[in-house]
Amino acid sequence: MADQTTPPRGLSRPGKWARGAVGVAALFLASEILGRAGIVDRSYLPPASSITARAVELFGDTDFLFNVRVTLTAWALGLLIAIAIAVPLGLLLGSVPAVNTAVRAIVEFLRPIPSVALIPLAGLLLGSGLSMEVPLIVYASCWPILFNTMYGLNDVDPTAKETLRTFGFSRIQILLRVSLPSAAPFIATGVRLAASIALILAVGTEILSGFGDGLGMFIAQAGTVPDGTVDVLAGTVWAGCIGLIIDSVLVQGENRAFRWHKAQRSGAS
Amino acid sequence: MTTAALPARSVRTARPGAVAFRLVRGLLHRLLPLAILVACWEAATRAADSPFFPPPTEIVQRMREMWFSGPASHLFFSSGAGEDIVPSLYRMALGLLVSVVIGVALGLWLGRSERVLAYLNPLLQFARVIPPPTMVPVFIVLFEMGTQMQVASIVFGAVWPVLLNTADGARAVDSTQMATAEVFRLSPYQRIRYLIIPSALPKIFAGLRLALSLSLILMIFAELLPGTSDGLGFQLTNAQSMSDLLTIWSVIVLLGILGYLFNTILLAVERRVLSWHRGARRA
Repeated sequence: MADQTTPPRGLSRPGKWARGAVGVAALFLASEILGRAGIVDRSYLPPASSITARAVELFGDTDFLFNVRVTLTAWALGLLIAIAIAVPLGLLLGSVPAVNTAVRAIVEFLRPIPSVALIPLAGLLLGSGLSMEVPLIVYASCWPILFNTMYGLNDVDPTAKETLRTFGFSRIQILLRVSLPSAAPFIATGVRLAASIALILAVGTEILSGFGDGLGMFIAQAGTVPDGTVDVLAGTVWAGCIGLIIDSVLVQGENRAFRWHKAQRSGAS
Repeated sequence: MTTAALPARSVRTARPGAVAFRLVRGLLHRLLPLAILVACWEAATRAADSPFFPPPTEIVQRMREMWFSGPASHLFFSSGAGEDIVPSLYRMALGLLVSVVIGVALGLWLGRSERVLAYLNPLLQFARVIPPPTMVPVFIVLFEMGTQMQVASIVFGAVWPVLLNTADGARAVDSTQMATAEVFRLSPYQRIRYLIIPSALPKIFAGLRLALSLSLILMIFAELLPGTSDGLGFQLTNAQSMSDLLTIWSVIVLLGILGYLFNTILLAVERRVLSWHRGARRA
């Protein structure tokens, strides 16, 4: 009935794609016109076409690819360590209420400290490069994983836990057989959030560190050169593409691995 | 279930002494571990006597010297607070305000018009995934150094969660309610004011919370870059160049306290504004 009363809404998939393409084309055209007509100084804000051309050109540049690899190494290392720390910690805090209340105040105190404020301290303590970048990434990306793990454990079906308990399973076994699998989708969401935070921190510390390698370093150095705006923006486009690829790979992975979770959800509600 | 709930309630109303006892015990359980940790940290740092890890008491003392040693007429804020804290908070507040205004206005529009959303979606998705710090060098070139560049950086980072969440919330307005509004001939303004905004509000607040922590991060980040002459981030770089670790620790602790305060305030506002929502949910 609702279908009859509401006017037909919702665009088809090709319709959405076409409109999206039109939107992108319009932006390109606008920046082209602004640049060529001299309304905007081209050395300040180069037209989108030359940024894209430069971004494609950088793909063949071995120096640039090395920088990207350095950033991605720091990102992956930091994220992996964060997962290794935050998931067990989240399981502990989420399943033992006494520990949770005790640690809560410490966590509430540490969490609001903005991670970039730690960059100067880390610079003095740990020098520069990976040894300084990775701990910062770990610190920043632990939080979403930790909180999502705890949240996921809250959401576990108590009947399933009770059932295993009556069959004589130990707490650890219940945790591993019931709680962990049913919290897994939440943990995955936390990891996805952490992945984008880790990228922000990786590029951010590189921009601030002043010397070394990495995508952020490339951007920061290009910013100091006259006429370097094209490089800055091309580097930014790359950072965006990397972010987009990471995000969509993780979303796809989540959808595939936890199809049962979504199915369960829609069945329940 | 009722039998279990009844005694609990009667205890709460009938014996305030027991309630106070439980409250104190709860507080102790909450705060004691933190106190013990700080005490241990104090002992360890005093024993180690490392210049990199000053003891907490010294950090607190430095914080007092720098920012809170002023006269009572200024609420004990010293002139240092005016140079460090005020500019930073001003930038952050301005950046956050601009991103909320832009994000909510644009988000409502995009959420209600599927066509416009389809045109802009690829651009929005791309802008969202660009790590905000990478845009700061761009803004350094484009804008004037100082507050203008910093506010632009904050807005670029903080606007996306507000915008996308608002659009999400505005899109999910109940179609029966929209139809009812049409039947009663509500004007577009009335529809937005009394129907769309209220039902998008929980989502908007979710976006706001993200935007708040992002704007704090970007405020510091933009101030850490050259071209700044005041603010907490500048204080950090300044202290770093002089290897003044006590000041660095003080600024970090202050930022933690500020972050906690902002979050608490936002949560309180959210609870007030959305109390009707939770009530409706429960019923």
